[in-house]
Amino acid sequence: MSSVISLTDIRRVFIMGDQQFEALKGVSFDVTAGEFVAIMGASGSGKSTCMNILGCLDLPTSGSYLLDGLDVGGMTTDQLADIRNKKLGFVFQGFNLLARTPAVENVELPLVYAGLHSKERRQQALIAMEQVGLAGKENNHPSQLSGGQQQRVAIARALVNNPAVILADEPTGNLDSRTTEEIMGLFTALNKQGITIIMVTHEHDVASYAGRQITFKDGRIISDSQIKRTD
Amino acid sequence: MDFLQTLKIALRALRTNKMRSFLTMLGIIIGISAVIAMMAVGTGASYVISQQIASIGSNIILVIPGSTTSGGLRTGSGGAQTLSSDDVKAIMAECPSVAYAAGTVRTSGQVVSGNMNWSSIIMGGTPELFEIREWPVVSGRPINQDDENGAIKVCLLGQTVAENLFGSADPIGSIIRIKKIPFTVIGVLDRKGQSPQGTDQDDAVFVPLRTAQRNLVRSQRTGIVGSIIVKAKSEELINKAESEIQSLLNQRHRITGGKEPDYSTRNLSEILAVAEKSAKAMSLLLGAVASISLIVGGIGIMNIMLVSVTERTREIGIRMAIGAKKNDILMQFMTEAVLLTMLGGLIGIALGTGGATVVSRLLEWPTMISFQSIAIAFVFSGAVGIFFGFYPAKKAAGLNPIDALRYE
Ligand SMILES: Nc1ncnc2c1ncn2[C@@H]1O[C@H](COP(=O)(O)OP(=O)(O)OP(=O)(O)O)[C@@H](O)[C@H]1O
Ligand SMILES: [Mg+2]
Repeated sequence: MSSVISLTDIRRVFIMGDQQFEALKGVSFDVTAGEFVAIMGASGSGKSTCMNILGCLDLPTSGSYLLDGLDVGGMTTDQLADIRNKKLGFVFQGFNLLARTPAVENVELPLVYAGLHSKERRQQALIAMEQVGLAGKENNHPSQLSGGQQQRVAIARALVNNPAVILADEPTGNLDSRTTEEIMGLFTALNKQGITIIMVTHEHDVASYAGRQITFKDGRIISDSQIKRTD
Repeated sequence: MDFLQTLKIALRALRTNKMRSFLTMLGIIIGISAVIAMMAVGTGASYVISQQIASIGSNIILVIPGSTTSGGLRTGSGGAQTLSSDDVKAIMAECPSVAYAAGTVRTSGQVVSGNMNWSSIIMGGTPELFEIREWPVVSGRPINQDDENGAIKVCLLGQTVAENLFGSADPIGSIIRIKKIPFTVIGVLDRKGQSPQGTDQDDAVFVPLRTAQRNLVRSQRTGIVGSIIVKAKSEELINKAESEIQSLLNQRHRITGGKEPDYSTRNLSEILAVAEKSAKAMSLLLGAVASISLIVGGIGIMNIMLVSVTERTREIGIRMAIGAKKNDILMQFMTEAVLLTMLGGLIGIALGTGGATVVSRLLEWPTMISFQSIAIAFVFSGAVGIFFGFYPAKKAAGLNPIDALRYE
């Protein structure tokens, strides 16, 4: 199977005044289509820095990143925006939904920037909302939804453009254990439908839903192993 | 992203903070309504003046008697009887830049028809008078040279006089008494409106000059005229005509050396043209002063848009992460700013129009709102939005998505 993601010797150096800090010190790994990867590691080990690069929100200082066969290095900010729009879906710890905007319009947002017409947008958004089990909540505003439901809206928004990969940075960080189970169940189900997921988490329980665990330490990968699912 | 969607997002953002949006717009509302009202007042004034210029007739020079000293008493300007019908003939014959010249006398008195009576101005004038004033009859016939030569007792009625004496009846052919002398009404003049001095020009009765000189006015000599009204051949020739008249009259009246002339000339068109120019300049000045408040309003918009960008940093981050390009974000905030100012502009146009109407009612000051000034105000309010919205929008579009997403 072909790699959706291929990182080779990725380095990321932050420069603050006359200080330099290397958050990623040569990270390489490939992700195959259909994988469910959990990234773990201590706080400050470079997980989010890596996710930002995977998410085309940030560019590596050196190393190469191929996403779905495309070399991301050297792209303009607008090209990166386009890649994020067409090939990636994001799920954040803090949900990051637009307040005072109905759920369905939040889900539609990527399609708005993709330039789809409103009818098509609405149709696809409703399908995505059904996929995450939120049929009937289309017109609720985020403030009228529980944390778990808000995260489902965020997942629907990540799904709606049929991305190559869904990136989730601590998606259950703000949820209680019962809701965490629900959300992880949803991720697992989506993964079974063939969707590639990369997820950062601190919790082993959460990581155990994934088929592969990559562990970071001080900007390096210290272990990368396939694990047996606990389902 | 399509424009409709951008507009929808902007409208939602404005609706979210209704009070703030309104207060922000207030600066533009006040600015635009002030500009509209001020322009209306100024344009109204210059319109009235230009109407008056048209009502006098174009390229007009007025010759009036000067002051004379008789027995140690000086009369005021126009008080003397120094101009005559012969002067009029000489001006017609000898001044090449003059198209027409007409002598007039003027008096006032009671005009009676049947049991109706009306006090009015009575003007004697040669047939040329109506050419010069560009004042045709609407019914009947004008005064002609035969009436003048024969000193026939015929008259033309101004609209006001005709209405007051005859109501809706046709006055042509009726006999009216002017200062107790019977005259036949031969025509009714077109409506003229107010004079530059504010008097009703239609409140007058016109008779042939010679008829008036013989029957209605008293004078020391025969052939005296109260004033001479002259029309130059063209606008360019007004000044030339004026100096031709002056040198002719100086010669005829034997004014030499340092002697003070016994007449004076007035270039009416010029006087009014100056007044019109200053009214226009005034309306521009008022507009300029008012537009300062627009700039103040624009700065208010910029201020609020900057606050809004800061407040919505996270939203901007989300939109960017999800695929919004720099230009999408720029357009979103620009649209918001322009929407604010254009909405303010529309409200301001409505208020300014209303205000101008109130001013014209209460102060009886003529106001005029041109389509042009509304269009300018609207475009200008949009331009204020673009100008003052650009910097905040640029700031929003330049945000780094990672930092923006992390913003608390
Ligand atoms: N913009 C930045 N400028 C400077 N240093 C940064 C920046 N972003 C991250 N770092 C540094 O890089 C290191 C890795 O940060 P990162 O956010 O990737 O950690 P993390 O593994 O996601 O930690 P956590 O589990 O707490 O989220 C940290 O030491 C952090 O201080
Ligand atoms: Mg992190």
